[in-house]
Amino acid sequence: MSAPALKNPALKNPALKNSLQLDDAPLLSVRGLSRNYGARIGCADVSFQLYPGEVLGIVGESGSGKSTLLSCLAGLQRPDTGEVIFATANGPQDVLTLPEAARRRLMRTDWAFVHQNPRDGLRMGVSAGGNVGERLMAVGARHYGQIRAEAIDWLGRVEIGPDRIDDRPRQFSGGMQQRLQIARNLVTGPRLVFMDEPTGGLDVSVQARLLDLLRGLVRQMGLSAIIVTHDLAVVRLLADRLMVMKDGHVVEQGLTDQVLDDPQHAYTQLLVSSVLQV
Amino acid sequence: MSEYNFAYLDEGTKRMIRRAILKAVAVPGYQVPFASREMPMPYGWGTGGVQVTAACLTPEDVLKVIDQGADDTTNAVSIRRFFQRTAGVAVTEATTDASLIQTRHRIPEAPLTEGQILVYQVPIPEPLRFLEPRETETRKMHELEEYGLMHVKLYEDIARHGEIATSYAYPVKVEGRYVMDPSPIPRFDNPKLGANPALQLFGAGREQRIYALPPHCRVVSLDFDDHPFTASKAPHDCDLCGASDSYLDEVITDDAGGRMYVCSDTDYCRSRREAGHGGRLTGEAA
Repeated sequence: MSAPALKNPALKNPALKNSLQLDDAPLLSVRGLSRNYGARIGCADVSFQLYPGEVLGIVGESGSGKSTLLSCLAGLQRPDTGEVIFATANGPQDVLTLPEAARRRLMRTDWAFVHQNPRDGLRMGVSAGGNVGERLMAVGARHYGQIRAEAIDWLGRVEIGPDRIDDRPRQFSGGMQQRLQIARNLVTGPRLVFMDEPTGGLDVSVQARLLDLLRGLVRQMGLSAIIVTHDLAVVRLLADRLMVMKDGHVVEQGLTDQVLDDPQHAYTQLLVSSVLQV
Repeated sequence: MSEYNFAYLDEGTKRMIRRAILKAVAVPGYQVPFASREMPMPYGWGTGGVQVTAACLTPEDVLKVIDQGADDTTNAVSIRRFFQRTAGVAVTEATTDASLIQTRHRIPEAPLTEGQILVYQVPIPEPLRFLEPRETETRKMHELEEYGLMHVKLYEDIARHGEIATSYAYPVKVEGRYVMDPSPIPRFDNPKLGANPALQLFGAGREQRIYALPPHCRVVSLDFDDHPFTASKAPHDCDLCGASDSYLDEVITDDAGGRMYVCSDTDYCRSRREAGHGGRLTGEAA
């Protein structure tokens, strides 16, 4: 099968290549997505496709519309125009026209959203185990022992010791909170993860470990992900494909290495050359 | 009497409350908003219950008011006198004689019968409130039946205390649909909520909500498969009447650790003693 391989030549996940051969329909296809804030442009006419197992990075400076785009995709905001078609279990559906109940069900089963600030994504007054178990209980798990076992398993996968399961997130360091948020989101085995600056606000050594962990999980679980960041190193490490945004428009997209090594658009060239070399 | 309309509230207000009650009965467990009025008592003292009672009372009714099971505490006595004065209805302390019972945080021990109305005073009607502070969000959660969060609370209980430690206001699911706060009744009373022949009405004055359990409706206390719901009470018999099946108050009697356990339902305890039963402090049954 060479056709799907051609579509995704940069796919970094060998495990996923097999499943791709079975199913080369896009997981998410976005067409003509626009969102304005009054006269100001949030994001304009964004179109792309995301395939199963693929990680898409969105970069751009502050105010370039990347967070607007992400929250429109994830259903946190309503775009003015455009469609977001997701390959649900019952075939492709425009999530913007789904009834709210179905959309919210999607958000806690097939989708996950990792916020930049763990405070937005965690329940700070609830123990780590409860945080991880919430999504399980939301989809109907009613066996305490099993929920707890699953929580311990997931805390282990994000390198949080089982002895911390009953501690509140506020007793955790920033890096641990972020890892807990990731565990909480991935516990139901979502197929698509939205991440908004997952490494923002962490110091570099913690960032590196978190990235390592994320990369492992994404590959292992065959996740598709959309990562918004202003950190080019993060996308270089995680993303198969890259989209560069400026003033609400997508100015360049392509394979990550290609875009970063041979930027075509003037803004991308500026962005790449602005990275501080240590 | 002439200075008050029957049962204090004006007829327009009573109709408004009755409409809310009808809707609440039609959608069991759903919190119906209503235009709660100022009542001549502070919020938190049963303004919601009083308004529901006022809207349900007829001149032929026999009223009983209890506070934590007792007929003789300040709150119960005041509300009973209030309706004696403003409605002139007959009052009683006997559960079986009453046609309308207003209660604060207990269900009487004597089984209720068809035709009786039990009115609860509710401080916080929203069972999800302590987990999700936004009203817009909790309404949405009820609308979409997203009740996973309720189990997070029970999970936290077990994680911290080894068992479900919620001992009052224990959340229930009504007719397989709405999760409801049964008001802060002890969870000992939870099994009496379901399949009850009496009509149960819940009024929250400050929060402006009315909800209801129609007679014989299905009420399930939430739990986990491996930590099933249990109704709990102090592991003692009543020291006055010897009852082993009633909910007990613990009363500290001296500074040396002395204590006694008595039925919280004073009418139940009294009627048992009158029938010749006795407990540890009154001598065993005659």
